[in-house]
Formats: sequence, structure tokens, C-alpha cells
Amino acid sequence: MLKPVTLVTPVTASAPGDDVAPVLKAEVKALDFYYGSFHALKGVNMPVYDRKVTSLIGPSGCGKSTLLRCFNRMHDLYPGNRYAGGGIVLQPDNTNLLSDDVDPIEVRMRISMVFQKPNPFPKTIFENVAYSLRVRGMRNKSELEDRVQSALKGAALWNEVKDRLGELGANLSGGQQQRLCIARALASDPELILFDEPTSALDPIATASIEELVMELKERVSILIVTHNMQQAARISDYAGYMYMGELIEFGVTDQIFIKPQKKATEDYITGRFG
Amino acid sequence: MTISLPVTVSPRLSKKASRHLKERFIEFLLFGAAAISVFTTVAIVYVLVKESWNFFQHVPLSDFLFDTQWTPLFDDAHYGIMVLLSGTLTSSAVALVIAIPLGTIIAIYLSEFASFRVREIAKPFLELLGGVPTIVYGYFALTLLTPVLQILFPDLPGFSLLSAGLVMGIMIIPYVSSLSEDAMRAVPMSLREGSYAMGATRFQTAVKVVMPAATSGIASAYILGISRAVGETMILAVAAGMQPNLTFNPTEPGATITSYIVQVALGDLPHGSIGYQTIFAAGLTLMLMTLVFNLIGAWLRKKYREVY
Repeated sequence: MLKPVTLVTPVTASAPGDDVAPVLKAEVKALDFYYGSFHALKGVNMPVYDRKVTSLIGPSGCGKSTLLRCFNRMHDLYPGNRYAGGGIVLQPDNTNLLSDDVDPIEVRMRISMVFQKPNPFPKTIFENVAYSLRVRGMRNKSELEDRVQSALKGAALWNEVKDRLGELGANLSGGQQQRLCIARALASDPELILFDEPTSALDPIATASIEELVMELKERVSILIVTHNMQQAARISDYAGYMYMGELIEFGVTDQIFIKPQKKATEDYITGRFG
Repeated sequence: MTISLPVTVSPRLSKKASRHLKERFIEFLLFGAAAISVFTTVAIVYVLVKESWNFFQHVPLSDFLFDTQWTPLFDDAHYGIMVLLSGTLTSSAVALVIAIPLGTIIAIYLSEFASFRVREIAKPFLELLGGVPTIVYGYFALTLLTPVLQILFPDLPGFSLLSAGLVMGIMIIPYVSSLSEDAMRAVPMSLREGSYAMGATRFQTAVKVVMPAATSGIASAYILGISRAVGETMILAVAAGMQPNLTFNPTEPGATITSYIVQVALGDLPHGSIGYQTIFAAGLTLMLMTLVFNLIGAWLRKKYREVY
């Protein structure tokens, strides 16, 4: 049973520098989620717009990563996790991703993910990027080469690694490894990429390059990013949601959230009085 | 610039002689324990080399390596180690053809597919398999497996390398599976999540990400399995016939290096006779083989050390 949906902020609010109304890519509707008996998400409603950066902020344990990991059904990997009501409707399919009839592997082929800690596979740089194509059954060598090259270019890594594609991914620096993971996520042409605190294990220079990359990527793909760093959310996202104790407290255009939050709780968190 | 430092030590901070002595004593005990194993190894190598040296005073090394007969107890004595080596290699090959694929598959299942409950039930059984005394396996081969195999292959003799090797393979499965599983379970969850997030299935994740990440541990497991197969004695002594036979055909009976050593050690050959010294030469050969496998194992571990 879907609870009646009430969006926290009017969706008509447009992003900075944008004249046209944003297009929905996915919409979280009255989502409830449990880890065993722990009620981790409580009736969350939130839109994710096409080719925009949406950020989730909030204190540790507020459920922002939990919400992110619902989008690619990552919770299905562990026993005891339960989608307990509501759903996430992906557009243009107008299909609930969390439905039992939806194959999580199909979901993950369209919604890719970049993790907190760079996690390159124990393979060469080339094979790391080719992985998502190979698991889809792509065998054609020249096609693989083209796709890997364009993914590495998309992740701003090509110039640094073009002469060492045969080296192990683990030989790269931390920032390069994270861009390799972004290239890996890009290679299969996903519609939405989830970033789970992608810069928390990186130094400030590597962080800056990842942030720049995220803003470039939104030209071609929708982005949902969880971050602990509020300045980062303010710098790179078009929309932002503030979560607390499993609930989405406020959602809106990033500038509005940061300059003129509607809720006192949001304001307290953003101004550092809490969290 | 000089700075003045106090030269006296207050009683509360002074070194205590008793603590110092106690530490020395503990260090000595620990060193002694470690030294025993080193000493034993050196002593074994010394005995093997010394007795083998005597043996090679009488038998040229070329005969030992290239003769095609092994008849040290006959009047017309021949000392071709190849005969015993062929038995060892054939039975080990049969065992590994069973143990490596099955052990690996079991490890993949337990590490990547089995639920917590299944794993908790299956693992003790698997470990029990490794705890069965090998003499029991030997009789299992002789009295159960051989008759069954004889239904399939009527020409199979009562003693065969095939039967012994198959049972030896079953015995080795837990060594391979348990070490491989440990190696695979040690692969961080973040790597698996990375693979699943790219749309991979569980099997693709297991084979394309988890196994490559665990290569060094899996290689160690295989090397341990090989060493167990090469060194296994009782199963072969009971079920393979102890007849020196230069063959790579597993359906024939044969003697291995280890089963020959048992045979001679239990017999009543006089100490110091050439016949008796053969077992040291055979033992040295066996030790060199295991050493080679251990070196290969160490090299593999270094080459494919965990890179996650």
C-alpha cells in the first residue's frame, strides 16, 4: 500500500541557470526500509531529476547511504534487509525498482555506483573498466577498446593511464583509483550514477578533481550523491536533501536549502549548531 | 648551546633488575621453542644426506636417475627411482584431478553462495573428512571403492593406483576447500559490492573478482594439496599394491616412494645394507620434491599477494 505522497518542496523550483523545468529521473515514494527490526527509512519521498546532481546530507546514521543503496538494490545482498513499503519509481519506465518482479541485476545495469573507498578489482586498468561490459556479454575486442577509452576519457583519466592500461588498477594513486571506479561505472552507459561519499578517503586535490568530474558528468547522466561534506554538497549539487533519523527533513534547490532553509532542523545542521 | 640534564634517576623510575631477568628468561623460552623446530629440520636433512651419501658411494647417481627398474632386494639389484616416482606422480595426479576441482567448487559454494546456516552445518563435516585416519581411507579404497570400480572396469586388479588415488583425492578435498574458502572469505566485501554494482551475477562475482583477488591463498591451498598427495603413505601402502612398476597408467598396481619406505622400514633388512640405505635416498628425493612445491608456493604467494 502506497501512502499518499506529499513532496516536501514544490518540484517546480528550478535549478540555477536553468530555464526549463527539470525532468524526473526517479522518484522515491513513501519508502520504508528495515535492517532487521531497525526502521532505517521512514516514509521517504524525494525526486531525482534527470541530468542533475542531487545530494543527500545529514549526520552519520541518518539513513542517507541506506536510501542511496536502495536505488541499486544493494540491500538485497544481505539477509534481514527489508523494503517494507513504498518504492522508487524509475522514469521513463514508470516502474517501481523495488518491486519483487524487478531483477536487481537489471537495475544495477542501468543504475551504477561509486563507493566511499576506491575499490578497483584485482585486474588491469583496462579490465577494470571493461568489467561492466564483459558481465553484459560484450566480447568484441575493438568495441571494448572504444568503450573503455571513452569511459576513461569521461572520467578524466585517459591521459594519465593511456600508456599503462595493462598495469594493475591498484598501482594507481587513491584519486586515480576513484576516477578509475567512476570510469568503470560510466563504461556501461548508466542512466543514473550513485556516489556514496566518493571523496571521503581522498586528499583535497583529488577531491577537487572528483568534484569537477561530477559536475561535468551531469551533462550525460543523472547523479545522486551522499556526502558528509556540506561545502561539497553546496558546490556541486543542484538539489539537496537533508535527512535525519531515517526521515527526509527537507528537500529543495541546493541554494535554497543552504541560504534559506524552511525547517529549523535543517538550518541548525547547516549552520553547524548540530551534527 | 648546552642543556643540562639531571643525572640521577628517581627510585620510582629506576630500572628493575627482576623485571629484566624475567624478560630474559621468557625470551630464552620462546627462542628454545622456535629452535626445536629448526634443529629437527636440520637433523632430518643431515641424516637423509649422510645416509644417501653412503648409498651413492655404491650406486652411481646416473643409475639412480635413469635406470628403469627398482629391485634393490633382488640379487640383480637395480635402483631406478623413476619407477617409484612414476607411482607417486600417477597416484598424485589422480588425487589432484579429484581434489582441486571439487575443493575449489566447494570453496566457491561455501564462500559465495551458501547461507550462514548451510555453512555452519557443512564445514564441520568437511573438516571431519580431513580428520579421518588415512589407514581408514586405505581400507575404504581396498574394500569398497576397488570392488565398485571393478564393476565398471572388470580388468582392474585388486590393487591399483586409480583406487588409491581417488580416495586420496577425497581425503585432500578438505585441505584445498578449507584454505581456498578462507582466502576467498578474506576478500573484502567492498570488492564484491563493486562487482554487484556493475550488474554482475553472484557467479560472475565469484569467478571474475573474488577468485582473482584470492589467487595467492588459493595457490597455497593447491600446493598444500599437492604436498599432501605426494607425501601420503598409508592409503597407497594398503590399496595400491606396493609393487614397483614403471607406469603412468593408473589402472595398474604400483609402489610410490612413500609406500616403498614403509615396506622396507617394516621389513627385516640389516641396518647399513644397501637395501636399507635405499630408503634414505628415496626419502631425500621426496623431500626435494616437497621443497620444490613449497618454493613454487612461496613464489606464487609473492607474485599474487593480495592487492586489495
